[in-house]
Amino acid sequence: MNPSPLIEVRNVSLHYGRFKALSNVTVSFAPNQLTAIIGPNGAGKSTFFNVLSGALPPTTGQVFFEGQDITALKAHDYARRGIAKSFQITNVFKQLSVHENVRVAAQMRYSRYELFKPRASFKQAIEEADALLNRVGLTALRNKTVADLAHGQQRSLEIAMALAAEPKLLLMDEPTAGMSPEETSSMMELITALAKERTVVLVEHKMKLVMGICERLIVLHHGEFLAQGTADEIRNNDEVRRVYLGQG
Amino acid sequence: MNLHSLVNGMARHRVGSALLFLLIFPLLMPYEALAINILIFGLFAVGFNLVFGYTGMLSFGHASFLGVGSYLTGIAMVHFGVHWIPAIFVGVVASLFAGLLVGYLAIRTRGIYFSMVTLALGQVIYYLFYKADRWTGGENGLRGIKAEVMEVFGFRIDFLDPLTKYYIIWMFVAFALWLVSRILASPFGSVIESIRENEKRTVACGYDVARAKLLIFVISAGVCGLAGALRALHLSVVTVDSLHYLQSGQVVMMSLLGGMGSFFGPFVGAGVFLYLEDIATNVTKYWMGVVGLLFMALILFFPRGIWGSLMHELKQRGMLKGDRE
Repeated sequence: MNPSPLIEVRNVSLHYGRFKALSNVTVSFAPNQLTAIIGPNGAGKSTFFNVLSGALPPTTGQVFFEGQDITALKAHDYARRGIAKSFQITNVFKQLSVHENVRVAAQMRYSRYELFKPRASFKQAIEEADALLNRVGLTALRNKTVADLAHGQQRSLEIAMALAAEPKLLLMDEPTAGMSPEETSSMMELITALAKERTVVLVEHKMKLVMGICERLIVLHHGEFLAQGTADEIRNNDEVRRVYLGQG
Repeated sequence: MNLHSLVNGMARHRVGSALLFLLIFPLLMPYEALAINILIFGLFAVGFNLVFGYTGMLSFGHASFLGVGSYLTGIAMVHFGVHWIPAIFVGVVASLFAGLLVGYLAIRTRGIYFSMVTLALGQVIYYLFYKADRWTGGENGLRGIKAEVMEVFGFRIDFLDPLTKYYIIWMFVAFALWLVSRILASPFGSVIESIRENEKRTVACGYDVARAKLLIFVISAGVCGLAGALRALHLSVVTVDSLHYLQSGQVVMMSLLGGMGSFFGPFVGAGVFLYLEDIATNVTKYWMGVVGLLFMALILFFPRGIWGSLMHELKQRGMLKGDRE
């Protein structure tokens, strides 16, 4: 890696009792690159993802973001530094309006504990939320309650919420899970566009889907780092083939 | 002005409209003491609902803050001869501290565990005050709380006159309701609602959830403490029942009765509860049975509560816009 990495994990292990969900993984991500983390079920992809987002503190090892050790920080501090994520299972504020969901996410950059100013006075947050809804194609549903939205629309909403934080690093856990083929292809287009402006890391088990759009792939297997490289390199890697096509 | 714009105008100035109504409220009640009681418990329920309805944490220990507010106001007046206005301040500050202590220990837990921890800590506070009978009067309660007659701009303010007492308490309640409404409309207000909806997502948005929960818990305790302080002045006595978990349960019931999903629901619930108690006790000593039946019927058929259902109906008919209630 020539440019200094945006985020880097060094010798990270994560154990649940005796079970080793991750062992000794060292990976770094360069700025403005689209990377996918792939691997069979139970490879530790989601665990790794949760380490990157600060949701799970590693048992041993360190996480560096923009050169600083952030291992000990809380999950909300990760978010505040510019690491945003969208979840595998849709995670939104169901009883609030579509616009309010994104506005709350954008508001974080302007005000968190202000008690006496009306929220309506934070105009930037309101406008940014509208711009993001436009970008993910939800403007028409602005005032709907989120619980009334279709699954694919809720996923788009989640991405708008993640973007509202203006993240430097966008983490996406299976962004196309449960989507129709049309929704999947428009999501892939959106992801490609987003990756031009920031670092994006995807977790995906549909290997074919990410092969086409990602500059770099990282393969995990049984919680261990297996291989990394371009789509072609991974496709021709004997170890990866054995894992995916052999005993899995 | 048609009905639509009237309803929406009132909703936009929800606190103002409610306070106007509360100005004529004692004239509608059979006697002033009941109106005062409703005012105080309405405030208690609104304060409680900050944690329950808005943040989604069911506390079973909120009687602590009502009781601590009452006792400390009473203790300041009886044992230290403090004037009633600073004594209210003492009561509120004490409940803020009680809220900080209970909140600090309880917010680490979620769901039923949170309810149990608040219940247990509430009972600890109950026994502390029960045992400290030199200060609190123990079983007999703290007696002798007398608010002096005051002269303000030539007006004689006498707490023994029930209508005067109502309007003085009204002023404090008005201030508190305005404050609560303001907080709910703030950016912080949307953070606590986000926590209720989805805690994990709120963290992922970059909000310190533990801190926000503690802050709203302390604010809620302070509002309930003010209700307690006013109650001490109203009754001239503080009994240890005010700290009991039955009192904590009652405020949950009041909130559900009126509707925990709305700003005034808990206030309305408190009013209906106390009014029914007043009527039903004249008819039968089993008044709890009457209230209980009504409560069950409401939970089964109108789970949004009295006020919540009314607001929902208005929204369905397009008479009310947005989330103003």
